[in-house]
Amino acid sequence: MTGVESLWSYLSATPLLWLTATVVAYLLSDRTARSLGYPPWANPVLMSVLLIAPVLWLSGTTYDVYFDGAQFIHFLLGPATVALALPLWDNREMIRRSVAPILFALLAGSVVAAGSAILMARGFGLPTEIILSLGPKSTTAPVALGISEAIGGIPTLTAVLVILTGIIGAVTVTPLMTLLRIRDWRARGFAVGIAAHGIGTARAFQVNQVAGAYAGIAMALNALLTSMIVPALVRWLM
Amino acid sequence: MLPTLALLLTCQLIGEVVARGFGLPVPGPVLGLALLLAVLIARPTLAATLRPSVSVILAHLSLMFVPAGVGVIGNLDVLSEDWVALLVILVVSTLLAMLAAVGTFLGVRWLTEGRQP
Repeated sequence: MTGVESLWSYLSATPLLWLTATVVAYLLSDRTARSLGYPPWANPVLMSVLLIAPVLWLSGTTYDVYFDGAQFIHFLLGPATVALALPLWDNREMIRRSVAPILFALLAGSVVAAGSAILMARGFGLPTEIILSLGPKSTTAPVALGISEAIGGIPTLTAVLVILTGIIGAVTVTPLMTLLRIRDWRARGFAVGIAAHGIGTARAFQVNQVAGAYAGIAMALNALLTSMIVPALVRWLM
Repeated sequence: MLPTLALLLTCQLIGEVVARGFGLPVPGPVLGLALLLAVLIARPTLAATLRPSVSVILAHLSLMFVPAGVGVIGNLDVLSEDWVALLVILVVSTLLAMLAAVGTFLGVRWLTEGRQP
């Protein structure tokens, strides 16, 4: 018993265990999704969370302890954002030809994403700090947390809402666009990148490289625009 | 792989320094993205060097959201009170944002480029 306990106390004090668990859970989820042919509902982020959460719960591990290990992966979101420059570069000719659709769709998507959430939250009579936490939900996590803090929201709640938004967008984009018979991969990718940031972009890359590149553009531009638009929308709509 | 990682991290670092140094509301990695794009415009041959490692990184973008995703479970108590309203808001608002973006994109494309398949 003491051997097991001392092994556990060693493992739970190093980042190794939860770092490994995160990579393994993701690999299992991604393999499963791939073997099913990447159906919309088999979202790898969602599946990984559903694999890891019960393990944390059963082992009595707190999120802080888990994150000590998982932060090494979380950190890679930064370099991955920088890396989006390459698909932008590779698709530069196509982007140059659609500058006007990109700019107008950016403005419309960004305003509707934040504005509709704020108005509906007011309609439901939610507390002010929850409404403020909802505003930046369509932006990538590191950006959304900064905005939430600046306008008086709760950053941890914003993090939760950002991830849920990403999963919802990634799961619904393919059925929605197919239902509307939209075949332009640029428009499809751009829409999911605006509404569902990196998780939507990851989904777009699963489906089509051009859609992925446009989702990446939308996510990057939306990160720039949302930090300017949300504070203004909050002043106007609250 | 290492030269690519070094370049990505350097761009992020410079972006972070500029954003914080000038108190810009833009996140460091986004400025890093713009910087790397400028580097590629100046040195197009770098694209071939970057491509293998960047393809691997972007193919597994989902992995990087897992740690924050597990935080959703850790914060269920925050959500428990208003979860129905929040879920409705997130689903409807996300669908509306996608519709607004795709509709505007196609509408403006039609106005500027003419009808295309």
